[in-house]
Amino acid sequence: MINDVTFGQYYPAKSFVHNMDPRAKIVFVIAYIVAVFLAKNFFGLAAVTLFLIFIVFLARVPFGSVLRSVKMILFLIIFSAILNLFFYSSNDELHMLWQWKFIRISWEAIINMIFISLRLFLLVMGTSVLMLTTMPVALTDGIESLLTPLKWIRFPVHELALIMSIALRFIPTLTDETNRIIAAQKARGADFETGGLIKRAKAMIPVLVPLLVSAFRRAQDLGDAMEARCYSGAKGRTKYKKLVFTWRDLLGLLVLGGLITGVVFLNIYFGGKFDIINYFL
Amino acid sequence: MEAVKFENVNFSYREDGRDLALRGVNLSIEEGQFVAVLGRNGSGKSTLAKLVNVLLTPLSGKVTVFGMDTSDEKMTFEIRKNAGMVFQNPDNQTVASIVEDDVAFGPENIGVPREEIGKRIEFALDAVGMQEFRQSTPTRLSGGQKQRVAIAGVLAIMPKIMILDESTAMLDPKGRREVMDVIKKLNKERGMTVILITHFMDEALQADRAVVMHRGEIVMDGAPEEIFARSDELEMYNLTLPRAAYICKVLQEAGMPVGNAFTAEELAEGICGSLRKD
Repeated sequence: MINDVTFGQYYPAKSFVHNMDPRAKIVFVIAYIVAVFLAKNFFGLAAVTLFLIFIVFLARVPFGSVLRSVKMILFLIIFSAILNLFFYSSNDELHMLWQWKFIRISWEAIINMIFISLRLFLLVMGTSVLMLTTMPVALTDGIESLLTPLKWIRFPVHELALIMSIALRFIPTLTDETNRIIAAQKARGADFETGGLIKRAKAMIPVLVPLLVSAFRRAQDLGDAMEARCYSGAKGRTKYKKLVFTWRDLLGLLVLGGLITGVVFLNIYFGGKFDIINYFL
Repeated sequence: MEAVKFENVNFSYREDGRDLALRGVNLSIEEGQFVAVLGRNGSGKSTLAKLVNVLLTPLSGKVTVFGMDTSDEKMTFEIRKNAGMVFQNPDNQTVASIVEDDVAFGPENIGVPREEIGKRIEFALDAVGMQEFRQSTPTRLSGGQKQRVAIAGVLAIMPKIMILDESTAMLDPKGRREVMDVIKKLNKERGMTVILITHFMDEALQADRAVVMHRGEIVMDGAPEEIFARSDELEMYNLTLPRAAYICKVLQEAGMPVGNAFTAEELAEGICGSLRKD
């Protein structure tokens, strides 16, 4: 049965990827990021890209929604691309294209810019597949389970997971509340649409203050309700939902191990990213 | 057996113990009783409820739940297992994003084994008629449904006493009826002790016993019909009669020979009867 938890980016569908254990998926994404950073040349990145396309296809999520996630950090990518283009300094000055005072553009800088931008694209798209195919609740369960070893050094794993899941649970409630307060302030003549940035930011104060006050009141109520339901921390607590590691997860991790090995081999065979210059120049 | 007993209980929200919220309260509730606690805002009725569930402990006097003293810290957990509490705002008492996870929260806290929790979720959702919403998100439910989930969350702990602290106050009439039906069923079929704190007089009519509080003191205590018959006294405590009872009283004062009625049905019969005589 598909749950109707749709806040966040979750895209409900039935697929191999959706059915994977959230823990496996988190480990999977971390390993994927490692693969992205391990790749030293464009062949490695191409392998990772093909792999990502395969995963998106397997997850039955629309490519559009994966691409949309890049939109949010597009500014960051462009910014880093420009910095890399103008201020990349290589020891090898052979392929200089243009120079003005301290700003220099070389073939190396252009390649480096493309490489780093691609890397960022792959990074964001990979993590967005995780967000698209995993419910936030499952994600917090997965994080809690993965962090369990930290209990040894008395890290409050259970508390952290509970805080995360309560935060998730209150997102829609507080969104509703914000809209209600905005409507109430508008009814009293507040103006949120006109004026410059500073004026608009100031207009939000009468929204944020009541929101904060009510959030504190809710927190007090929730604390009472939790205590009334016998909550007393992690001690002596059982857990109803159990995560199950299946053949799917094993298969996924094996495939990913293959990807990392492949990327390493491609590194060895084709050398660094700048070797490409020698082919063309 | 006595489910809840208050002996000379005083309580104050202030550190220095002044401005008593409860003064010399004596109350004893038998197991299986359905008690409605009435009173205007600030009369101390919510304080009374929180004292039973050990969210508060008395300044002086003694509160016992099935013989366990609430001032004894070692007993807190055991008392809370026996006395569940449902609060006013359904939005502020759900911890999880999915109904079954929320119902599981209580049993998880008291260390119920996994398989047993599944059974308890089934039982609790069944008792409140929310079985089909097991996988839903609480924020998408109606007020009455949310509050029924909250009741299920308490039921899953399997308490013997259910305290409802104005749990119907924020609901629309339909939601209120849904919740009241569930509570009545729990009381009649499972013999659960119910302490219903409310300012809706019609709800009090469904109880076995009504307790009226005013300025931290219990001022009236008896069967609801008996309490509502003393309408002048109720007015003194800023409480109104149930609607049917009010209409009945006005009719009587205007000279119509109707007998005392509290519900719409009783009133209709009374009016019919008085008309037939003519």
